[in-house]
Amino acid sequence: MSAVKEADPATPAGSANALSRRRPLGDRGFQILALVAGLLVLIILALIAYTTAQQSTTWFTTAGFKGIFSVNWDEATNAFGAMGYLYGTVICSVIALIIGVPVSIGVALLLTEVVSVRWSRPIAYVIDLLAVVPSVVWGLWGIIVLAPWLQHIYLHIASGLKGIPVLDTLFGGPNVSGASFFTAGIILAIMVTPIITSLSREVIATVPAIDKEGAYALGATRWEMIRGAVWPHSQGGVTGAILVGLGRALGETIAVALVIGDSDEVTGHLFYSGSSIAATIALQFGEATGGEFRSALIGLGLFLFVLTIIVNLVARAIVERSARRARGA
Amino acid sequence: MTVASDPAVRTVDLREPSGWRRSKNRIMTVLMFAAFVIILIPLGFVLVTVVSKGASAISWQFLTNSTIPPNVMPLGIGGMGAAVVGTLEVTGFASLIAIPLGVLGAVYLNEYGGKGILARLVSFLSDVMTGVPSIVMGLFIYLIWVVHFGYSGLAGSFALACLMLPIVIRSSYEMLRLVPDSLREGSYALGATKARVTLTVVLPAAIGGIVSGALLAVARAAGETAPLLFTILTVESTNSNLFSGPNTALPAQIFVNAQSPYVGAQARAWGAALTLIAITFILMIVARLVTARFTRYTR
Repeated sequence: MSAVKEADPATPAGSANALSRRRPLGDRGFQILALVAGLLVLIILALIAYTTAQQSTTWFTTAGFKGIFSVNWDEATNAFGAMGYLYGTVICSVIALIIGVPVSIGVALLLTEVVSVRWSRPIAYVIDLLAVVPSVVWGLWGIIVLAPWLQHIYLHIASGLKGIPVLDTLFGGPNVSGASFFTAGIILAIMVTPIITSLSREVIATVPAIDKEGAYALGATRWEMIRGAVWPHSQGGVTGAILVGLGRALGETIAVALVIGDSDEVTGHLFYSGSSIAATIALQFGEATGGEFRSALIGLGLFLFVLTIIVNLVARAIVERSARRARGA
Repeated sequence: MTVASDPAVRTVDLREPSGWRRSKNRIMTVLMFAAFVIILIPLGFVLVTVVSKGASAISWQFLTNSTIPPNVMPLGIGGMGAAVVGTLEVTGFASLIAIPLGVLGAVYLNEYGGKGILARLVSFLSDVMTGVPSIVMGLFIYLIWVVHFGYSGLAGSFALACLMLPIVIRSSYEMLRLVPDSLREGSYALGATKARVTLTVVLPAAIGGIVSGALLAVARAAGETAPLLFTILTVESTNSNLFSGPNTALPAQIFVNAQSPYVGAQARAWGAALTLIAITFILMIVARLVTARFTRYTR
């Protein structure tokens, strides 16, 4: 189109008509640059999926479905069953959420509904500080300071619960260790709290003032207002925030690698040492020179990738749906 | 007020909730404050430990001596200079890659993509990508770069850049969205092209938020260990060449030394942890100052 315009002698370059039709090269170049930068996200995600899938096929084909989901992981006999690590990852994340979610939601409500702006800002700064502490520092503190201290407590609990049916299998046992599933769960709880808090807080802040005022006008106490007006409105968003926190917990590597104790055991005893998918990759990749060993570790990476992608997709879908419903209703 | 003083209506006093409802409200309020205190405990505990144990390890020699001694050696021999240099190099170069690309990606999402399906997909996936574990990024760069070109600081920068990219996109996008359309329309009315409007009007208007978001991403990347393990390895002396040869970084050194039973190694880990926390906190404080000083539009 622009070529035609240029050829037309009746429309000299620089006239209003030409300006509206022609786009300078730089303008178009910038648009293409921005588009490429945006597409980079797609490209990187696709490449991650492709390369890890391709490199782990050796493991998938030689171990088979049964081998992959067995609990036997032994590099000496080339047996690479991931179930034990999968179990460790899930159990630690569940512990982290059980501890972290009530605390996070409590602080999010405190920030939005209880304290004044004057106090909510410094409190939010403190939460941000928590998020900025590097995970390796949590791990260092966890293994050198927290774990020996927790070991004493674990031993007391274990001896106190001896013989009580369910509690003994969960918190008892002779091999209680400071570096354990539970310690990893505590560290993860500390690490997911800032993200769940800040995401929940954003959601809770969108509750319309008129709903809250309505609840107060009916004579509700603050807690009743939260139950009746804030919670129904922000339920979906908070669920999404919890799932994002879960994704973080599933993928956290270094802190867990330091405090979980690095053992292959699959056990219901929460105070025993174990391992997680991410920790196993970090701890064993350096020594994995053999083809199938390395392939299995990359396969674990693929597991982790798919798991966190699914969790984040669901989180995002829930948030989106509840936001739409909140707008519509 | 008058209602309360009238004895006839006193029986149906709507203003004051009954005893149980009131105490329930109070209990819940106390629990919310308790939640905050529970958060403060580990934070205070970790900061006090890192500062008290790290401060005794840190000296000028510790920060600059380029030879990291074997873990059996006591504190006072050698230093973490190599790791400090490595962290600054690797994180710095990662920022050079990820921040411009991230801002451009955000420009695409907000200025060009509109409500199109591709823009929505990119926005959605950048959100999802922030949740991809950092160790997966490390594995990915190992597979596509290290296998072919060997370990180097550059590979570490790539891994950290993958981690930072979606964070920078998200934070910059949020900031660009706040820039009012009237600014854009005014510039178009003067005959400016879209690129010019974006570069000279929209981005400067949002620069405060973009910079502070980027600094927070840098702070996050500086503390990451997992992506570096298989990309830069950990060496014991300074490698100032970012583009070839294995390198080292503070988080990687903390990780290695934390696993060691020797007192000297653990002391070095605490010293390195204090250095790392100082770097990340400084970045965060600068980000806050930038936000306070340069932010023009807020939600």
